[in-house]
Amino acid sequence: MSLFWIPLLPALGVLAPLFSAKFGRTNCAFATAFAPALALLLMLFKAPAVFRGETLIATVEWVPALGMQLSFRLDGLAFLFALLILGIGLLIILYARYYLSSKDSMGKFYAYLMLFMTAMLGIVLSNNLIQLWMFWEMTSISSFLLISFWHNNTDGRKGARMALAVTGAGGLALLAGLILIGKIVGSYDLSIVLQSGDLIRGHSLYPVALVLVLLGAFTKSAQFPFHFWLPHAMAAPTPVSAYLHSATMVKAGIFLMARFYPALAGTELWVIIVTLTGLATLLLGAYTALFKHDLKGLLAYSTISHLGLITLLLGMGTELAAIAAIFHIINHATFKASLFMAAGIIDHETGTRDMRRLNGLWKFMPHTATLAMVAAASMAGVPLLNGFLSKEMFFAETLLQHTLGSLSWMIPVLATLAAVFSVAYSLRFIHDVFFNGEPVDLPKTPHEPPRYMKVPIEILVGLCLLVGLFPAFIVGGLLHSASLAVLGGEVPYYSLSIWHGFNLALVMSIVAMFLGVVIYHNRRKLFKFQSQFPETDAKLVFESVIQCIVRGSVRIQQFFENGSLQRYLFLLFVMVALFAAKPLLQLVTTTGDREQLPLNGVALVLAVILMFAAIATVIWHRQRYISLLTLSVVGLVVSVAFAYFSAPDLALTQLSVEVVTVILLMLALFFLPQQTPKESSPARVARDLGIAALIGGIFATLNYAIMTRSGVSISDFFIANSKPGGGGTNAVNVILVDFRGFDTFGEILVLGIAALGIFKLINRMKVSMPSGDLKGRNWTKDSHPMILRTVSQSLLPLALLVSAYIFLRGHNMPGGGFIAGLITAVAIILQYIAHGVDWIKPRLRINYQWAIAIGVLISAITGVGSWMFDKPFLTSWFDYFHLPWIGEFELASAIAFDLGVYITVVAATLLILANLGKLTTTHRPTVEEKR
Amino acid sequence: MEMLFALCVGVLTTCGVFMILRSRTFPVVVGLTLLGYAVNLFLFSSGRLSINSAAIIGSTDAYGDPLPQALVLTAIVIGFAMTAFVVILAMRGRGDLGNDHVDGRIPDHSSLSDKERN
Repeated sequence: MSLFWIPLLPALGVLAPLFSAKFGRTNCAFATAFAPALALLLMLFKAPAVFRGETLIATVEWVPALGMQLSFRLDGLAFLFALLILGIGLLIILYARYYLSSKDSMGKFYAYLMLFMTAMLGIVLSNNLIQLWMFWEMTSISSFLLISFWHNNTDGRKGARMALAVTGAGGLALLAGLILIGKIVGSYDLSIVLQSGDLIRGHSLYPVALVLVLLGAFTKSAQFPFHFWLPHAMAAPTPVSAYLHSATMVKAGIFLMARFYPALAGTELWVIIVTLTGLATLLLGAYTALFKHDLKGLLAYSTISHLGLITLLLGMGTELAAIAAIFHIINHATFKASLFMAAGIIDHETGTRDMRRLNGLWKFMPHTATLAMVAAASMAGVPLLNGFLSKEMFFAETLLQHTLGSLSWMIPVLATLAAVFSVAYSLRFIHDVFFNGEPVDLPKTPHEPPRYMKVPIEILVGLCLLVGLFPAFIVGGLLHSASLAVLGGEVPYYSLSIWHGFNLALVMSIVAMFLGVVIYHNRRKLFKFQSQFPETDAKLVFESVIQCIVRGSVRIQQFFENGSLQRYLFLLFVMVALFAAKPLLQLVTTTGDREQLPLNGVALVLAVILMFAAIATVIWHRQRYISLLTLSVVGLVVSVAFAYFSAPDLALTQLSVEVVTVILLMLALFFLPQQTPKESSPARVARDLGIAALIGGIFATLNYAIMTRSGVSISDFFIANSKPGGGGTNAVNVILVDFRGFDTFGEILVLGIAALGIFKLINRMKVSMPSGDLKGRNWTKDSHPMILRTVSQSLLPLALLVSAYIFLRGHNMPGGGFIAGLITAVAIILQYIAHGVDWIKPRLRINYQWAIAIGVLISAITGVGSWMFDKPFLTSWFDYFHLPWIGEFELASAIAFDLGVYITVVAATLLILANLGKLTTTHRPTVEEKR
Repeated sequence: MEMLFALCVGVLTTCGVFMILRSRTFPVVVGLTLLGYAVNLFLFSSGRLSINSAAIIGSTDAYGDPLPQALVLTAIVIGFAMTAFVVILAMRGRGDLGNDHVDGRIPDHSSLSDKERN
């Protein structure tokens, strides 16, 4: 379990610098270094087991059914990378202490750094594909924060954005690739995936998965053609560059290829893609590095070239090449980190990184110069240094491969060419900076940096020397266990010695050295030649590509989202038609085997009326009053249909809703234009008719297919339990107030909210009231006719009595709170129409908003009441009582619930209609000003 | 009978969808109401059609399916609330924006030329 602490400690360490920043810079650095140091120690305790070839795994199950787990593994490869991450990370913390100026927020910097370290450790230690990917994305994000640390620097922001875009896009490809691998293997467990190499390579989806995973690796490791982000990430503070581009960020891609080497490598496809990409990157990087006048630019391209070298080695597919790749990972990390740090010191102490101005620094900082020169020599591959050893192994491997068939000889030649440039740019780094005359116009007078700033470089350069002199002793075990993890089994014999005899690889080295010196000597001619080519700024190209993509998506978005509701609805209906039509096309017989009802004359007449009324509504839709009248005919026929097909409750509801709807629309129409202008072109009308008919046809077919088939329904339960369980014989009402009472509760809430929303909309509404109808006739003066007043007044008690009766019998006969509420509302609305607001206002003092709240509360309390009897929410209770003279009667808690429904329905309906009506009067609702 | 019922639902749906695709608010509200009828009938009929079999326990031998009825009953009431909300939103829109087009503005180049418009 202590394995969990290795990534967890730096994760906790993110907080350390934030809290310790106020105690001074040195204390902050120490506090930050504590967690990684502890993690490093913890890991070193595990070294013996790892060196024996064991794989340590610690797992915590999270969602076992989905294969989700938190799982870490420590094998040779993970150990090697974790060692680099933690070790170099610690040196960077020390270095950054002196590098950052007092103006920079040190706490923030260290926090980002620790976040990044955690993410990197997460990648190399993950034993689960998805978990690995998550950490992968975390490195993209935390490196973005690090690169853009100087966020008021435009280059920093742009470089960070480019890095995030490129590596983030690669991350998405990687996710797709990892999911494919997970699907092929049937597990996201890395241990299982690594053992399923043959299964993966044999699968038909292997090429897709391979390309996707490699896209992730190549973008992260800045391989051609995705290399362009790396030089721009140099705008970061130098400790960041030293960390990200030597041991961590860019090595994550290399790690990925090495990690999946047992599962993905070994096919022709792998060899071709990885080898050629690596070769192209190696050459391009080495060549370009020579022409960079910026110190860090030179190192950036040199990094690209060395990453290409490692990729090329991994691509060759031979076991010895893979070992050489791992060896070079170690060596590159050591010499490149120290070179970056040296470049940072030079920048820090002179104020520039331009090699045309930096000359002759040997006189000012001999100590730093010596360290940088050793590291640069290692980069060039000078004997007795570690860079020489892995480069020799690399040359030897290029001679043994047969990747390109009869053209395979090109690879060693091109490798030598790259090495020539590598020698040349290393020489330039040394000679241009430390010798070559006097410095030109430096902002500061250079001097040696603080003592401890050089310590990290000394340690790393010391390692370069030690590995170069005693390779087997220093890194033998590390290299062996890492190779074991990559090759997944036997490790072939390889020799880690300085002298392999006089062989072809040594000749290549000597040629590279010699030609490198020659090229450097003639560099001015080369610079002149190179200056003929127009220099393209990757930032501009990248920006213009991004702009292009943005413009493209804006165009697509504008097509679909042009602000036209008609367009949206049309697309929506087309989609509905497409999705609904597909299963219907597969349905062979529309008519099911259920016995159908016989047709009769009355139904036929009613149906014809309904269809005519509906079509008339459409035809006369520009004459809005006429269409409203025909619409109400449709509603009436629908309620008759409900009554006819054994749904008396629905018929009553539909009928009363029909009344309030028509009153509502009549009122609304008073404030809206009474005619609709002709706007649609004939083509538009035809198109809309077409899609409407298509949808109608689909609906009708679906409806017919359902109705003619018998199906199993849960309704038998409701019918069987209505009386014994709910105490009522009207199953529909019992479902509403008892079985599905919670649904009903939600529905009256919605009703209440809608009414309140409407009230809010009506408040202070600007309306234009026409003084007459379309033909200019004025409204009648007698707005409250005598007859209507008299009749409605005498009808009111009768209507209330009816609604009370309907409410009370609802549990057993058609009726209930909804219907009774609507009837009451209609009766009161009639009073409003007949008498006007002035007359009603003093007589009916009900605050409808309060009434809605009371109604909802009554229902809620009824529901909560069952808790007192230890029953779930809304459990109903009923019993029968016997009173003398009156006889047997039933009391059910459901009636209280129904009362709440009743009150809410009455209040909501009246709140809507009464307030809408009030708009025509002086009593129009306005918000009481609250200040 | 089922065929006739389905035909009615189809006609209501067609009329409703066509009206919803109009450019002014009031026809859209009318369309929503029509579509509401169609949907309610459709949902109701998923309990299959039957005559003289109201779901009142003890009144007949076979009962119609009470569940879709209960669902449709609340749907009718909520449908009213929705219609009210939309139509009042339309009124508010006209008051605040000065027109009753569904997009809140009359498009510059309508699909009809000025001559065709009455």
